[in-house]
Amino acid sequence: MTERIGATRRGNNTSILGVGALTGVFLFLALLMATFSKDAGMEYQALTFMVLGGVFLIATAMWAGGLVDRDPFDESEYENTLVKFGVAASMFWGIAGLLVGVVIALQLTWPSIFYFPELGWTNFGRLRPLHTSAVIFAFGGNVLLATSFYVVQRTCRTRLAGGMWPWFVFWGYQIFIVLAATGYLLGITQSKEYAEPEWYVDLWLTLVWVVYLLVFLGTLWKRKEPHIYVANWFYLSFIVTIAMLHIVNNLSIPVSLTGSKSVQVFAGVQDAMTQWWYGHNAVGFFLTTGFLAIMYYFIPKQVNRPVFSYRLSIVHFWSLIFIYIWAGPHHLHYTALPQWAQTLGMTFSVMLWMPSWGGMINGVMTLSGAWDKLRTDPVVRMMVVSLAFYGMSTFEGPLMSVRAVNSLSHYTEWGIGHVHSGALGWVGYISFGALYCLVPWLYKKKGLFSKSLVEWHFWISTIGIIFYMVSMWFAGIMEGLMWRAYNEYGFLEYSFVETVEAKHISYMIRALGGLLYFSGAAIMAYNLVRTALGHGEAEDLETANDPYAQPEPRAALAPAE
Amino acid sequence: MGLMNNHGVLERHSLLLTIGILVVVSIGGIIQMAPLMYMDNTIEKVDGMRPYTPLELKGRDIYIREGCYVCHSQMVRPLRDEVERYGHYSLAAESMYDHPFQWGSKRTGPDLARVGGKYSAEWQVDHLIDPRALVPESIMPPYAFLMDKKLKYDGIEDRLRTERLVGVPYSDEMIENAKGHILAQADPNDQGFDYYDSLMALYEAEAGREGTVEARDWDGNPDEITEMDALVAYLQMTGTLVDFSTYEADDLSNRR
Repeated sequence: MTERIGATRRGNNTSILGVGALTGVFLFLALLMATFSKDAGMEYQALTFMVLGGVFLIATAMWAGGLVDRDPFDESEYENTLVKFGVAASMFWGIAGLLVGVVIALQLTWPSIFYFPELGWTNFGRLRPLHTSAVIFAFGGNVLLATSFYVVQRTCRTRLAGGMWPWFVFWGYQIFIVLAATGYLLGITQSKEYAEPEWYVDLWLTLVWVVYLLVFLGTLWKRKEPHIYVANWFYLSFIVTIAMLHIVNNLSIPVSLTGSKSVQVFAGVQDAMTQWWYGHNAVGFFLTTGFLAIMYYFIPKQVNRPVFSYRLSIVHFWSLIFIYIWAGPHHLHYTALPQWAQTLGMTFSVMLWMPSWGGMINGVMTLSGAWDKLRTDPVVRMMVVSLAFYGMSTFEGPLMSVRAVNSLSHYTEWGIGHVHSGALGWVGYISFGALYCLVPWLYKKKGLFSKSLVEWHFWISTIGIIFYMVSMWFAGIMEGLMWRAYNEYGFLEYSFVETVEAKHISYMIRALGGLLYFSGAAIMAYNLVRTALGHGEAEDLETANDPYAQPEPRAALAPAE
Repeated sequence: MGLMNNHGVLERHSLLLTIGILVVVSIGGIIQMAPLMYMDNTIEKVDGMRPYTPLELKGRDIYIREGCYVCHSQMVRPLRDEVERYGHYSLAAESMYDHPFQWGSKRTGPDLARVGGKYSAEWQVDHLIDPRALVPESIMPPYAFLMDKKLKYDGIEDRLRTERLVGVPYSDEMIENAKGHILAQADPNDQGFDYYDSLMALYEAEAGREGTVEARDWDGNPDEITEMDALVAYLQMTGTLVDFSTYEADDLSNRR
């Protein structure tokens, strides 16, 4: 290994300079934008960028200056520090995003208490994008960054490629999050759901994302395993497809190069189709394939069993990514979108049920021969229950995409309940499972600080999800039926506001469910911090310094030949 | 199975795998989106559509900024109860100048596609200031602060030019007089007096009929043009442009 260190030193120093130079260029651009800004929002955003970019640049310079002769990117060790940062960021944003969710649930329940007439930026319309972006892109995105960086190194048996560049990806992504979040509060939005950030934030994310793809591919290129492990197919499809979706859906022309406002290239029906092609596949490729990659690594690893079926993995992968991309128009049933497109969307949505369940079966059946872990290991239970929620919401989704069902369910709380069973149950639980696995592994501990706190987390959150789902089913189906109800004289039976009033109790139960789920996440954060500090049951692990010598269960993770 | 045995090729070549993924995920989107861009019958031929006036456009920007689309759809579906509750179902033509579209995805509040003219401007202003004063059961946030914010429209000409770049038919005259048109539509008897005729002539000519542009003081405060003026001007025209007396829903060209 010694000779490799000598060979890579130069290249890695270049990566520090490269990251520094690129950040410097963008700091200069931000300075120009702040100086010549056309609106106050643009100015705040540019200044925010300068502060965050400046902190990154200074911290990098101080750290690099203190290196002297030490190689910071030693090829004989995995990049673990970055993954630790990713785990911490995931926890931070998860707590923040869930908290905003609880606040907006309370706003809808008790508007007289939680709205402030002179503080426009605290209104539901600005906080809801903050909530969705925080949980999807800030929490989910950081979980995906952290786990993908962890998994690709282990399954390729090599250090993360690019030296300093993965750090650029991580910090650049946090800058994206802060710009997006503060932008919503300032009223900067292009109003396309889950793609609200304006043109300059979109461009910044595109840059960060391309570097992410190159770091990921670069790591694959220097792998010491002949085969690319299945989890990495899913991560790769997530990175590549999100890039495509992001670029096409955000095609817009800025009104001024120093102003925050832009005009979308597409209009009306074409824009709607593009948006829901994006919107549905943000679910498909951000919240599904990315987290399926987590399933394909963390479940086999934690239960120490091979993936149930290699062939099913292949069929699952290609059919899922092919079919998912067609499903967007089911968000536009009975709208002005031509019916042929709606029909295609519905057909493929129904077909999507099969690959979804194929993946779920592949994950659950991986426990074959280790079913006792469901009882003994609450982390495994959390991940398997996440698959149960995945199975449930991927059945509910195709059901709701049928035009006749959709005529009732669309525009109602049923949709909100549906996304939350997927988000809280599937994405949340598989992420929590991965974080519970990662912290002891990264900090070389025998276990978590407290297993019983994981039990508490599991049960409190599960009750929370059930409150949430059931109250939203109830509210959604009720309001859908009330909207279309006729009285004996042939008139509409209910005014709109009567249907709002009828949901009050459901809203209370939903807010309680959200609060329970939030409490569970707070318990997890406490547990993980204590684990990292080595308290309780988290005793130090005796291992050799060379991580390549660590017992990686290769047999369990290799494709079955 | 042969196909399965050959999968190893993709597992050993990351670039092949990447290209494979890109091809597989491109197919569906291309087939669904590309035809909408060139097929003539995607958007119905209707009478009455015109670009937004500058004041309405600014109002629409406020609608977007405040996230109204999060709770209000602008898409009446062709279902009996919706047509009775909200009015004629929405046509694709009605959002042909909407960059971006505002169809929405959730009705925490009612659909707004045809809210224009449904209530008086005074009602809209009072309701925006304090929704629960007019509708006690409402859960809508209050927008009183819009009354205090002066409408900013320094760059309105650039804005219209950008809209023209993506296909909205703003003429040179419309762009040159944009600031005057804002004054004319929000304060027609005083500051905007000189521009009133030009506003009416240009936009009604584009619409092809009279009565599609309304000019008045919108927010009850004639001394100042506020964000409330713009938002209410926008709300009061949504869904009012298309002339449904000449629209033949059953015509073969309008069936999609």
